[in-house]
Amino acid sequence: MSQDVAEPVLEVERLSVDIATPRGTLHAVRDLSFTVNRGETLCIVGESGCGKSMTSLAIMGLLPRAATRRVGALRLLGEDLAGASSRRVNALRGNRMAMIFQEPMTALNPAWTIGEQLTEVYRHHRKASAAQARDRAVELLAKVGIASASERLVQYPHQLSGGLRQRVMIAMALMCGPDLLIADEPSTALDVTIQAQILRLLADLQRDLGIAMVLITHDLGVVARIAHRVAVMYAGEGVEEGTAAQVFGAPRHPYTRGLLDCIPVPGRTARGALLGNIPGTVPSLIGDMQGCGFKARCAHASAQCAQPIELRHDDQGHRWRCVLEAPVDTLLPPGAQGAQGPSVGSSS
Amino acid sequence: MTLLLEARDVARSFSVSAGAFRPKRTLQAVNGIDLQLQAGEVLGIVGESGCGKSTLARMLLGLTPPSRGQILLEGQDISTLDRKALSRRIQPVFQDPYSSLNPRRSIVSIVMLPLEVHGLGTPAERRRKALEMLERVGLPARYAENTPGQLSGGQRQRVAIARALVMRPQIVVCDEPTSALDVSVQAQILNLLLELRRDFGLTYVFISHNLAVVEHIATRVAVMYLGRMVEEAATPVLFESPRHPYAQALLASVLTPEPGLGIPETGLGLAFPDPLNPPSGCAFHPRCAQARPECAHTPPAVRRDALGQVSCHLHPASASQQAGHEQ
Repeated sequence: MSQDVAEPVLEVERLSVDIATPRGTLHAVRDLSFTVNRGETLCIVGESGCGKSMTSLAIMGLLPRAATRRVGALRLLGEDLAGASSRRVNALRGNRMAMIFQEPMTALNPAWTIGEQLTEVYRHHRKASAAQARDRAVELLAKVGIASASERLVQYPHQLSGGLRQRVMIAMALMCGPDLLIADEPSTALDVTIQAQILRLLADLQRDLGIAMVLITHDLGVVARIAHRVAVMYAGEGVEEGTAAQVFGAPRHPYTRGLLDCIPVPGRTARGALLGNIPGTVPSLIGDMQGCGFKARCAHASAQCAQPIELRHDDQGHRWRCVLEAPVDTLLPPGAQGAQGPSVGSSS
Repeated sequence: MTLLLEARDVARSFSVSAGAFRPKRTLQAVNGIDLQLQAGEVLGIVGESGCGKSTLARMLLGLTPPSRGQILLEGQDISTLDRKALSRRIQPVFQDPYSSLNPRRSIVSIVMLPLEVHGLGTPAERRRKALEMLERVGLPARYAENTPGQLSGGQRQRVAIARALVMRPQIVVCDEPTSALDVSVQAQILNLLLELRRDFGLTYVFISHNLAVVEHIATRVAVMYLGRMVEEAATPVLFESPRHPYAQALLASVLTPEPGLGIPETGLGLAFPDPLNPPSGCAFHPRCAQARPECAHTPPAVRRDALGQVSCHLHPASASQQAGHEQ
């Protein structure tokens, strides 16, 4: 899975995003660090409001005006993005780094044809002629599995189905051959069978083109199937990061364990039995947070959880932000809840 | 087992505008569905967007009259039943708890409303009943005077469930009840539905596009495709040995959190089902990897056997079933 020499494409160190609200400063992302190497898919997973979308916008330099970014270091292929001029970031965005959004109907311009939208980026960044850009668009539409590509170029977004629109979005993101692709919930708005097709396409393209991909999703099933590495976010913090096998097989953070127990898995979870669940609700992200953001919902919480939590790691590159020394599965089950419960991914 | 709810060859079409000066087109949302719901069952209905599952749910609730066929509640045609009488026995829970609750009312008054409409009890009794039901679904009395806007998505869905149950219906039709929720909240709501079913002896119709959720909660599963039911069977049977190629593809598309399995190849191709212009013969044949020549022009007959029902040329109906549409 990992290559001999890991070439970092995206390096994010101590990223924070604050949003000014009438009730105070909302800390959407706190102190998040990760690296994505060439040929690697990193999935950022978490529930609504955990800061995963803000993270992607912060990397792309597309944060809303009310949000401010603070970052220790942000590098694309070694080049500093944190201090780069907006002109330089504009030259990189759509070119060396590209993004796919959740809802292709809102991300595509309804008044322009597919062809106009596909070629615009390429002509802008590559100073290519209309004919060259058109050839490139046909090539990429074929690559994302769209038959009779040249006829599609004159169609408008509303003439395509949701799955085809998302393929157009993917083709558009790949027009300039980016090194980094960020996909924010690329399959969430699609039907299940279409979702599988789109994810398979993304995984194939990522492998064939050797790009670095950051895939943002709330769906742990998607993560397990596509990720090389996984970063779990909770309340703006990265709480766990590791390979898919590490995070799903031997989660170290109680939130990851809880999230996995919430999902029924055909063939593994007893039908009709109660699912595991995470009691309580997500804490407010407004104002300072003391210690672990998950402590109020955590069955393993102790007094030390109110102190700042250091990131721990093992020698396999598995990192977690929790005071627990042992993997969650080796601890005694807390309370009776979910006692007969599911054992998703605890096979190792 | 007693037969509680039955749909006999129900169909519903809508006429949709095709443009300002063009004739209206007919959209066949539901096209000849038979189903039986036994007391105590949880019937899962799965299918992709536009397959007619929500239209079917609205017909079962009596909110949309079928354009053909009939729906029987304990043997009585629901079109002959008074709307109020029907709503005491069958209640909905919808997908979006943001739009299905009145934003200007307190949650206790939302839950009391069905009792008021039916004129049951004194105001004090109604309030007590509503508070009891809210407590039962996990919303303590301190929430009673809040408006829906002050609650989280999961809490709002609890309000919707309390409102559905306050009349003590026999059947609850849940249309994508957890699709708008986060996974941890989804688990809470599914657990609540499972507990309430046990405690109140409820029968559910559970509509979802999430097969893992349906597998978990349903006792029987019906798979719909472009307005038709392509397969129906007990949950273990359907999940262990689906017969219809569409059901097989749908099951293969379920992404369980098991790393190392990769992303499945559904073999479905790119043909997108258009409900306005359904394919001839078997509606699934343009996407079907196992399609035969006859699939393109002859709609398959329904085969009913010990395992359930399936409509596919790979599983031909017996001669008697083909001849008559009777059972």
